[in-house]
Amino acid sequence: MSRKIFSRRLDKIFKILGISFMVFSLLVLLVLLIDVFLDGKSRLTWGFLTSFPSRKPQQAGILSAWVGSVWIMITTAIFALPLGIGAGIYLEEYARKNRLTKFIEINIANLAGVPSIIYGLLGLGLFVRYLNLDRSVLAGGLTLALLVLPIIILSTQQALRAIPFSIREASYAVGATKWQTVRHQLLPAALGNIMTGVILAMSRAIGETAPLITIGALTYIAFLPQSPIIFLKNFPFVRFSLKGMFDPFTVLPIQIFNWVSRPQKGFFTNAAAGIIVLLCLTLIMNISAILLRHHYQGKIRW
Amino acid sequence: MVENIQKPIFKIQNLSAFYGAKEVLRKININILSNSVTAIIGPSGCGKSTFVRSLNRINDLILNFRVQGKIFYHNKNIYDKDVDVVELRRKVGMVFQKPNPFPKSIYENIAYGLKIHNFIKKEMIDEIVEKSLKKAALWDEVKDNLKQNALSLSGGQQQRLCIARALAIEPEVILLDEPCSAIDPISTAKIEELIYELKKNYTIIIVTHNMQQAARVSDYTAFFLSGELIEFGKTEEVFKAPKDRRTEDYITGRFG
Amino acid sequence: MLLKRKPILKLKELFIERLLFLFSFLSVFTTLGIIIILLFESFEFFKEVSILKFLTDTQWTPLFINKHFGILPLLCGTFLTTLIAICVALPVGLVSAVYLSEYASLKLRAIVKPIMEILAAIPTVVYGYFALLFVTPLLKKIIPSLSGFNALSSGIVMGIMIIPLISSLSEDAMRSVPMSLREGAYAVGSNRLQVSFRVVFPGALSGIISSIVLAISRAIGETMIVAIAAGQQPKLTLNPFVPIETITAYIVQVSLGDTPYGTLEYRTIFACGMTLFVITFILNTFSFKLKRHFLEAYE
Repeated sequence: MSRKIFSRRLDKIFKILGISFMVFSLLVLLVLLIDVFLDGKSRLTWGFLTSFPSRKPQQAGILSAWVGSVWIMITTAIFALPLGIGAGIYLEEYARKNRLTKFIEINIANLAGVPSIIYGLLGLGLFVRYLNLDRSVLAGGLTLALLVLPIIILSTQQALRAIPFSIREASYAVGATKWQTVRHQLLPAALGNIMTGVILAMSRAIGETAPLITIGALTYIAFLPQSPIIFLKNFPFVRFSLKGMFDPFTVLPIQIFNWVSRPQKGFFTNAAAGIIVLLCLTLIMNISAILLRHHYQGKIRW
Repeated sequence: MVENIQKPIFKIQNLSAFYGAKEVLRKININILSNSVTAIIGPSGCGKSTFVRSLNRINDLILNFRVQGKIFYHNKNIYDKDVDVVELRRKVGMVFQKPNPFPKSIYENIAYGLKIHNFIKKEMIDEIVEKSLKKAALWDEVKDNLKQNALSLSGGQQQRLCIARALAIEPEVILLDEPCSAIDPISTAKIEELIYELKKNYTIIIVTHNMQQAARVSDYTAFFLSGELIEFGKTEEVFKAPKDRRTEDYITGRFG
Repeated sequence: MLLKRKPILKLKELFIERLLFLFSFLSVFTTLGIIIILLFESFEFFKEVSILKFLTDTQWTPLFINKHFGILPLLCGTFLTTLIAICVALPVGLVSAVYLSEYASLKLRAIVKPIMEILAAIPTVVYGYFALLFVTPLLKKIIPSLSGFNALSSGIVMGIMIIPLISSLSEDAMRSVPMSLREGAYAVGSNRLQVSFRVVFPGALSGIISSIVLAISRAIGETMIVAIAAGQQPKLTLNPFVPIETITAYIVQVSLGDTPYGTLEYRTIFACGMTLFVITFILNTFSFKLKRHFLEAYE
């Protein structure tokens, strides 16, 4: 009898332990957010977003950093999206279940676990040195594209796997080819879940620091990559250019890292303000991914 | 009376089928006549579904599935290397056990088959959509809501939509794999009426669990048991004077 | 004529299939690229420094005049921070996992899981800031002798970072233990705690270990937290209160400097990268095998 009471008490103790540990995680998250916000809010001005870095903390801003981050995001997406979604489609819809397929799948799972700094060394050796892209936006974007590729491939596969087999049967039964089935039935049906994965991959990319430092992205930069849109005086008034892809860059997390590593206290405030901006972007992306997943889970019933 | 002018559209010779090592059809020999309704009956797991799913090679999608023997469609073995399954499935349409409309609008469900076969003129597609829905006896119920998502239709309506979808690409043969097993009796009656109408222009092969249904709609009946074809003949004869003892046992309800 | 398609359409299908295959095969090239580049540069490095020296020398001073190339101090730093991280993440992660899988209501789970996801999504540079400017000052109040850069606070924050990894993967493992096993135990009068630890936990053990190994691998490869908060002093010590340097932090340190391409110093980061890659590869493969073993047991 007493043993039973004892074990019931243990059960209660564990319940309290479980709740307190989860509250702990939540608390850490809250403390982190509040701490950063309190540290950085005084620098969060319009000028902070529109100024280049400077030796004087009060005048320094994140203009080159956030513009660089946008450039890197776009470049990463241009390469990672088609390659990742395409590879996911191949593995899920086309590949026969043979050794080669299994090998590729194990390889992708392994790549997902490779430390991001190793991708930096790959980028340094392959893109910066071997392909002579130097420390450009393109080299950085390609490096991050390889880094997030496994995430996009795996979420594409999962999204396709969630579509009932009967939809494929229905499409083939009216004489559709494989690509027609993928293009017109499976991709539209999987789009929501694929987008969720893509947003998560992009939010991972926007926060990555180590691989970009490794390929030699600059930490102090007082100019922007050439704008992709150039306004002209004469017809057609606007010209598009991707030359900026070959310019050097910095990104938001590197700028933050740079400020954290300075001895002057004033730069810590800048770092905190930079983190607020970075966290806002990351949180917006993650929350929208969570909401999107929720939306699609509720909407489609087969 | 008319049988004499009907030609066999499918000639099946020594057809065996396997999932992995398991043999599910053994040496089936049967001819299917054009513009007739052939019912395939038999207890669960007798291979009747596998049989019709071999006729448009939809079972190619299933891992480890393979066949031996020959299926001649208009004197061409459909399992020959040079046969294009996409073309085959255009000619041999199919409706499945569970209604499986695409998660798109009613209109898109039918237009899809046309679009992928290079019908591009909108007026033409509109016309065929209407015609197919009329043939499938669904037009009156949905004509005002063609943009509505097909998944919001009732089960019976969904199944008729699937029939309309199959009809839109003008096949010669329609395979119906237990089309009424997942829907209500009223819709079932509508579909049976439909089958009667359709046989004027199409060859129909219907798998069914329901003996009364087979007797009501079909001209010919094939009885399968454990992967073998036990008996095949005119429906009237199979039901009234079965030649095989096992057929008699099955249709009188002694097993199955 | 019958049952044949226009050759051009067939060609298009074939082209698309080949292209998509190429896309998926790109991942193999990525792995190959990593291995080739690491091998090539490390090979050049080991031409000048013997592997034996690399693995046994107890000093790492490639950037000084008196050069030593012993990886042990860096390995030691990596080991120390990882150990601290696991000490934090293991109890919190596992208890949370058991709680979420066996105790929590659907509603609670629907709230906690997204929070965990957000915790996992925070950029590591932010955690680095948090370790250096929040956790270290806080700990200093308790341990006055603590250095401004130290293994302890970076280890703790790294532990917080990997909690979601352990908790969500272990929870998945526990939830895939069949309900029938639980029902059997409940039927003989066990309570929830007993069922959790005598039935579910052992049943999911290989899946849980797989998640822990993966978390260890993550901690070993983690860069920014240690680069910011742990210091840059390669030391063969297990003292968590003093500055140390990890393999990853060293790579960052060199990358930030102006080390010329092709020099021995430049090549040290590839030798370090190779070491890191080998360790994490072994751990990941082990974790992957365990997980597959676990999944097969319940399928």
